[in-house]
Amino acid sequence: MTRTVHETARATKGRDLTATETKTPESPGRLRALSSRQGAAGDKVFSGAALAAGAIILVVLVAVAVFLVVQAMPALLAPQSQIANGEGFWPYIFPLVVGTIIAAAIALLIATPISIGVALFISHYAPRRLSQILGYIIDLLAAIPSVIFGAWGISFLAPALVPGYTWLSSALGWIPIFAGPPSATGKTLLTASIVLAVMVIPIITSVCREIFLQTPKLHEEAALALGATRWEMIRMAVLPFARPGIISAVMLGLGRALGETMAVALVLSSGPLIASLLQSGNQTIAAEIALNFPEASGLSLNTLIAAGLVLFIVTLAVNLLARWVISRHKEFSGAN
Amino acid sequence: MSKRIDVKDLNVYYGNFLAVEGVSINIAARSVTAFIGPSGCGKSTFLRTLNRMHEVLPGARVEGQVLLDGDDLYGSGVDPVAVRSHVGMVFQRPNPFPTMSIRDNVLAGVKLNGGRLSKSDAQEVVESSLKGANLWNEVKDRLDKPGSGLSGGQQQRLCIARAIAVKPDVILMDEPCSALDPISTLAVEDLINELKERYTVVIVTHNMQQAARVSDKTAFFNIAGTGKPGKLIEYADTTTIFNNPKEKATEDYVSGRFG
Repeated sequence: MTRTVHETARATKGRDLTATETKTPESPGRLRALSSRQGAAGDKVFSGAALAAGAIILVVLVAVAVFLVVQAMPALLAPQSQIANGEGFWPYIFPLVVGTIIAAAIALLIATPISIGVALFISHYAPRRLSQILGYIIDLLAAIPSVIFGAWGISFLAPALVPGYTWLSSALGWIPIFAGPPSATGKTLLTASIVLAVMVIPIITSVCREIFLQTPKLHEEAALALGATRWEMIRMAVLPFARPGIISAVMLGLGRALGETMAVALVLSSGPLIASLLQSGNQTIAAEIALNFPEASGLSLNTLIAAGLVLFIVTLAVNLLARWVISRHKEFSGAN
Repeated sequence: MSKRIDVKDLNVYYGNFLAVEGVSINIAARSVTAFIGPSGCGKSTFLRTLNRMHEVLPGARVEGQVLLDGDDLYGSGVDPVAVRSHVGMVFQRPNPFPTMSIRDNVLAGVKLNGGRLSKSDAQEVVESSLKGANLWNEVKDRLDKPGSGLSGGQQQRLCIARAIAVKPDVILMDEPCSALDPISTLAVEDLINELKERYTVVIVTHNMQQAARVSDKTAFFNIAGTGKPGKLIEYADTTTIFNNPKEKATEDYVSGRFG
């Protein structure tokens, strides 16, 4: 969203520049000659193209939003007794929102530290050869379709996690999220979250790696020259510089985790909202839509689209929150 | 505080490429020594070997000895991290940490080496370091503002304050004024003159007037041609180098008949 605004702003700025250049009244022949160079035409074409690109993004976004709102309206306006088997829309959507957010949050909790660690290893610790190979592997991981991750989760990861879940529920069962009895198939929200984590790790890692590599040599050397160890140098120069980038990377990952459909639909044996992560139950919005869409029609279709609208709003809110977090530290960002 | 540096037969390699060959030099404590010479002659490379900063580049290594009051910086078991906390460095372009306030910039190195500081100790270090860098009066009211908001010259003095806050024995400066305007340059040069009362200062400069103004002794480095190693040609009192050099190459360089 914000990127769109940036792009249009840049495009209009470009147009302003060319406008003032050609408008300057006192410009004598030489300046006019300068502005009527070949480059000026190219500049106009480019600023037009940039403006169009920015506009397309806005148009698509608005079109999607309008579609969602229009199609969701019947479900929101209809008598609540007709929605979701008489449950009503809000009671229906609330557990899904909670399930979605919990699954994404756990996925990020697992993925973020691992990704930052892997990215730092690639950018600052590994020998050049190894870091190149690792970089390729990470990019390859990002290209694996989600249905493959889902299949892997259901046929390998879920059964493999069952003994762990049994142990967790016996050792830490007094904590509600680890309450037993654990699922015998391992098809739980925690398994789904772990699969999601595996899926977002490559995204967060490759964005973080790029940003870590862009840390100015100047600042790294400043830290080293003060007698910093490599880890202290990373804490002093690399991580502060990369902070907004890390947040953006995590947001990208979050976007994928919130919207991921196939893997969750395959891995999670869904049910009503429950506190325990080790029992089957819970559901996410995206998986709910995917599972029910083929048979939905009429008002139940509107209900699913309304659920999609809610997911859209959740994602947007999370992104705005992240932007706000980044902008709070603008003064110290090093951009000035 | 300040210590003398004795370099014996130092060769610097990048991989298999010999960048600097056979440098021997004795630098007295509490003095300013300038390294001059054409670009690419290895003076910056050599400077970096005095606090092992060249090791940041993969494949860089040295042969020979660098003694800091008799202790070999390259002896076995010597940690480069420890070396750098004794031999500070100021770079060509001012590089305060952009995400830190002025105060945190000054304290950056202290927090590394000394661990935790009480609030009053920290305030004392900040004030004395900034005073030592002739910056205190300009920034005392905005210590919590980002260091990147200062002017270039102020940023460079902030970097000097950051370096002296660690209480090093030696301060290395790699063309510290080349990115500064003449007035800021003057401020930094005045500062260098004051610093030599407490520290051993080694400065690389392209500006010969600067070398003449600030240094007690001057070393002239030269290179025979591209791909050849840089060498120390002549090392003497600054007045001798500029007025009465022994070597023809030195005379050509300082009188501007070269390069």
